[in-house]
Amino acid sequence: MPVRDYIRERFFPHIWCPGCGHGTVMGSMIRAIENLGIKKNDIVVVSGIGCSSRICGYLDFHTLHTLHGRAIAFATGVKLSRPELTLIVPMGDGDACAIGGNHLIHAARRNIDMTAIIMNNSTYGMTGGQYSPSTDHGDFATTAPYGNIDQSFDLVKLLLGAGASFVARTTTYHVRSMIKILEKAIIHKGFSVVEILSQCPTYFGRKNKFASAVDMLKYYKAHTTPIGSKEKEKNPDLIERGIFFQEERPEYCAEYDRIIEKASKAG
Amino acid sequence: MKKNVLFVQGNEACVEAALYAGLDFFAGYPITPSTEIAELLSYQLPKGGGKFIQMEDEISSMCVIIGASLTGKKVMTATSGPGFSLMQEAVGFAIMTETPCVIVNVQRGGPSTGLPTSVSQGDVMQARWGSHGEHAIITLTASNNQDVFAITVEAFNLSEIFRTPVILLFDEVVAHTRERLIMPEPGEIDVVKRLKTSVKEGTDYHPYLPREDGRLPMSDFGEVHRYNVTGLMHDMWGFPSENPKVVYGLMHHLVDKIEGHTKEITMVKEFFIDDAECLLISYGSSARTALHVVENRRARGERLGLVELQTLWPFPVDVIKERCASVNYAIVVEMNMGQILHEVKKAVDDPDKVFLANQIDGSFITPTDILNILRIIQGKGA
Repeated sequence: MPVRDYIRERFFPHIWCPGCGHGTVMGSMIRAIENLGIKKNDIVVVSGIGCSSRICGYLDFHTLHTLHGRAIAFATGVKLSRPELTLIVPMGDGDACAIGGNHLIHAARRNIDMTAIIMNNSTYGMTGGQYSPSTDHGDFATTAPYGNIDQSFDLVKLLLGAGASFVARTTTYHVRSMIKILEKAIIHKGFSVVEILSQCPTYFGRKNKFASAVDMLKYYKAHTTPIGSKEKEKNPDLIERGIFFQEERPEYCAEYDRIIEKASKAG
Repeated sequence: MKKNVLFVQGNEACVEAALYAGLDFFAGYPITPSTEIAELLSYQLPKGGGKFIQMEDEISSMCVIIGASLTGKKVMTATSGPGFSLMQEAVGFAIMTETPCVIVNVQRGGPSTGLPTSVSQGDVMQARWGSHGEHAIITLTASNNQDVFAITVEAFNLSEIFRTPVILLFDEVVAHTRERLIMPEPGEIDVVKRLKTSVKEGTDYHPYLPREDGRLPMSDFGEVHRYNVTGLMHDMWGFPSENPKVVYGLMHHLVDKIEGHTKEITMVKEFFIDDAECLLISYGSSARTALHVVENRRARGERLGLVELQTLWPFPVDVIKERCASVNYAIVVEMNMGQILHEVKKAVDDPDKVFLANQIDGSFITPTDILNILRIIQGKGA
């Protein structure tokens, strides 16, 4: 199917700013789903609140646009009651890691089968560029006019610690590998997380001396490196990208089926 | 046939009723005095293929049941004051998205952590206005286990008919009092099934276009119709809209579908009201004390009556106005500082003849608490 068959053109134009990375992520999501051959009726996309969360309305799947931070909780209800459905949960970094941080780590711990896509633009775009839990120390934001004194989360380490069974990171510059990673994340049986560095030229870029979206994409190219590369040894400041961890582990809905089996026998 | 008689807590009666009504899915977080509901359902639900999940907090519990409801399941959560506070944003989401669900709040003393193991009826107004923004809500309550059962089934029915969250506002005394429950046979109480759309695959389905009777047939997530559900103001496709006409229409639909059906949602129980000179108005466990006083005084020839409210919201204004018209005075009996008192005063022609008998110290309201007020009103001193 062509990409256009996956989108609700009736609801375009979209709300994203020129140069925003989120459209690239949406395009990659669609291509990954097309490559996997999953039927549209079998996919539920659940999002929270923020620029990235608007992805949900534009896609021709079952779509649930929920509350700030709570997308994973709503998705848990959908998945546990209909485990045969494929759940994809696109979120922003503030949505997933600040207000929704608790749900993120607990879904990882349960290993419930869904794919969390965290579009990390290091800012709250929709409200105008405030600092988020992934804004680096020293960066600027509309609520950090003197520079950010918070330390940022390393999402990969956070999710590994929380028990996610698939953890990956990529960027909007590396579109081909993003599609491959998303495919693997979606077919993974368990809680998979893909952090995607996604540029926000309008707010993060403007506050942090990036002249354009292209400059930000070039930054992703120059400052990231595949996991375990020699460049990382030479320059430890490089951000690694790729699949960090993937493990088959008992999945929550399958475990619950075992409970149903036990309980039914108990009579 | 011999009836199945149980000796159970109110919380257990609620669980039995939820299963009777077809509960498929429960999510919750431990909190006194509602915890038994979660414990019992974790045991009972999987026996019939249902699902139970203990979440990381009450916020997510509320969100989880909404997600499950959208796949066609009958859902419930149970909590108490602090957890009920945390659920409010998602209650608003269920209102806005018209997602059927039942929320049990076993009230305890508040504000804040308050009195976790003591009785209170302090959440009446929170049930009405806890979630932000203009909205309507259905809230039901009961005073004994048999009524807890009937009201719980009714809560599921109303949530399906009106596609709205329904709040069951119980209290610690009702929840923890062990007494007889005669289990209704299957079919004895009507159980409303979810109204599903008859629109075929390939034909445009409008999830938010009400039928002529105001009801909106649903399509389960995972079935043939793919549509958008959002907490934003939305059009008939469920897509965000700021069009003033669309917003106006949706606001009216959400409020009118409940406020416009107050009469059919209203449930009250009446005791000795025909010739009553003094009317007690009460609800929940307080109504047990009120009924005791009424029966006791009747035995002495005093003309007391009782209206026990089972529907708190939408408030049965007409019933209260009518019942109070012919009495000399009315006393609202409740365990707060007058949350229903003010509603009654608003409803009646002469608010000066409405008084309050209450208890707010965490102990259960006694006949003496009511009689003391009665004596003052009757001019017999305190």
